[in-house]
Amino acid sequence: MTDFNVNSGFLYIVTAVIVVFVLAQSLFFLVKAARRARELGIAGATIRKTIASSALFTIAPAVAILLGVITLSKFMGLPFPWLRLSVLGALTYELPAATSTATAMNLSLAQQITDAKAFGAIAWVMTLGIIPGIFLVLFGLKKIQGGVMSIKNKDPKWGNIFMDSMFLGMISAFMGMLFADIRLGVPGFIPIVVAVISAAIMGICGVLIKVCKIKWLEQYALPISMLGAMAASIPVTWLMA
Amino acid sequence: MKKTYNDSVHFYGRIWTATAILMLLMVPVAICVHYHAWPEMQYVLKGLLGVAPIYWTVGIIEVLTYSPMLGTGGTYLSFVTGNLTNLKVPCALNAMEAAKVSATSEEGEVVSTIAIATSSIVTTLVIAAGVLLLGYLQPILESPVLAPAFENIMPALFGGLGVVYISKNPKIAIAPLVFMVLLFLLVPSLASSVGILVPVGALLAIAVSRILYNKGKL
Repeated sequence: MTDFNVNSGFLYIVTAVIVVFVLAQSLFFLVKAARRARELGIAGATIRKTIASSALFTIAPAVAILLGVITLSKFMGLPFPWLRLSVLGALTYELPAATSTATAMNLSLAQQITDAKAFGAIAWVMTLGIIPGIFLVLFGLKKIQGGVMSIKNKDPKWGNIFMDSMFLGMISAFMGMLFADIRLGVPGFIPIVVAVISAAIMGICGVLIKVCKIKWLEQYALPISMLGAMAASIPVTWLMA
Repeated sequence: MKKTYNDSVHFYGRIWTATAILMLLMVPVAICVHYHAWPEMQYVLKGLLGVAPIYWTVGIIEVLTYSPMLGTGGTYLSFVTGNLTNLKVPCALNAMEAAKVSATSEEGEVVSTIAIATSSIVTTLVIAAGVLLLGYLQPILESPVLAPAFENIMPALFGGLGVVYISKNPKIAIAPLVFMVLLFLLVPSLASSVGILVPVGALLAIAVSRILYNKGKL
């Protein structure tokens, strides 16, 4: 049996292959969509601003995902969590999947895995546990999109309202979640205060865009609100925790 | 007949997705073959039993809920790269809102795809850079001073995003919002399965919208 190490060169090579694949796929769709955008008459400046604001918006959540890699690395080494959180994964799924399998094998999550079979079992569970969604995309997306298109084509006004309703349904679920901890007392209100700060910054951006005509802010209002509220959460937590 | 942009996205999207599935499945196979260590089936099954019922359900619900919002290209890409609710969906919504394009239009489709592709590239690069520079970054990222900022990403994100959409459509927003706040106040433990509640909120919002639309109030 080859000597096993959770940080082996082999695992880094496997991870690198997958990471390059993800980059290639993203680049392919970026170029394809940008070309189509030009054909549709969308201004080059709009495309550039979309790219810049999406990149800025992504940095903070991406750093949070990196923290997830660090969390899992204490148990599984660096390359495999890096792979899992770069493709399909999210820490909210990967950690329970690792915990569930480790518990079945009587392993502690406090120590790094030294057994290749145990590592393999966790790798299988993490992979198989998340795969059905992507199969549905592969075989069912055309049908799902066809359904959406028929709603839109039948009645365009209702099509737009239908889509706004879906967005608001999602936003409502996450806004409601902010109230889950208020029974804990003052610290339970921290997420609500942070959300209110974010909304207030967004409101200020809205005023600057509409009243002061600072048009470039349109693309950056959400990243600014998010980063501002995250920064504010530090003193807020200090005061309320 | 000439292929439309949408047909072409489906064609290439399926090829990329099928390849991604194959590569993902090959990872545990490669690990087991390389180390000559195939795990005992009972442990894999026990591990799967702990997560599969909920995650398979959530995975399917996510496709049905998010694919209309993300568009065709955005869906093929974001379901391979992951991190939908905390990153890809808000990123796409923000980009469409800022570019003033509708999610149901082809302009919305391409703007959403550009945003998701950019987000995927940046995420991949940030994680890669972070792993390579981990020795320097770990003490900073794990410092107790910064911990509240990373714990509050979701409120910081949905506060800003929420105020835009709720102020645009208060009549549609009120019912699902009140329902969700009451639900989480009554059953706080649901916070761990918020993914399942997203379609519940969406269905409620669609039902309320349809009633208001039929009455001519939207």
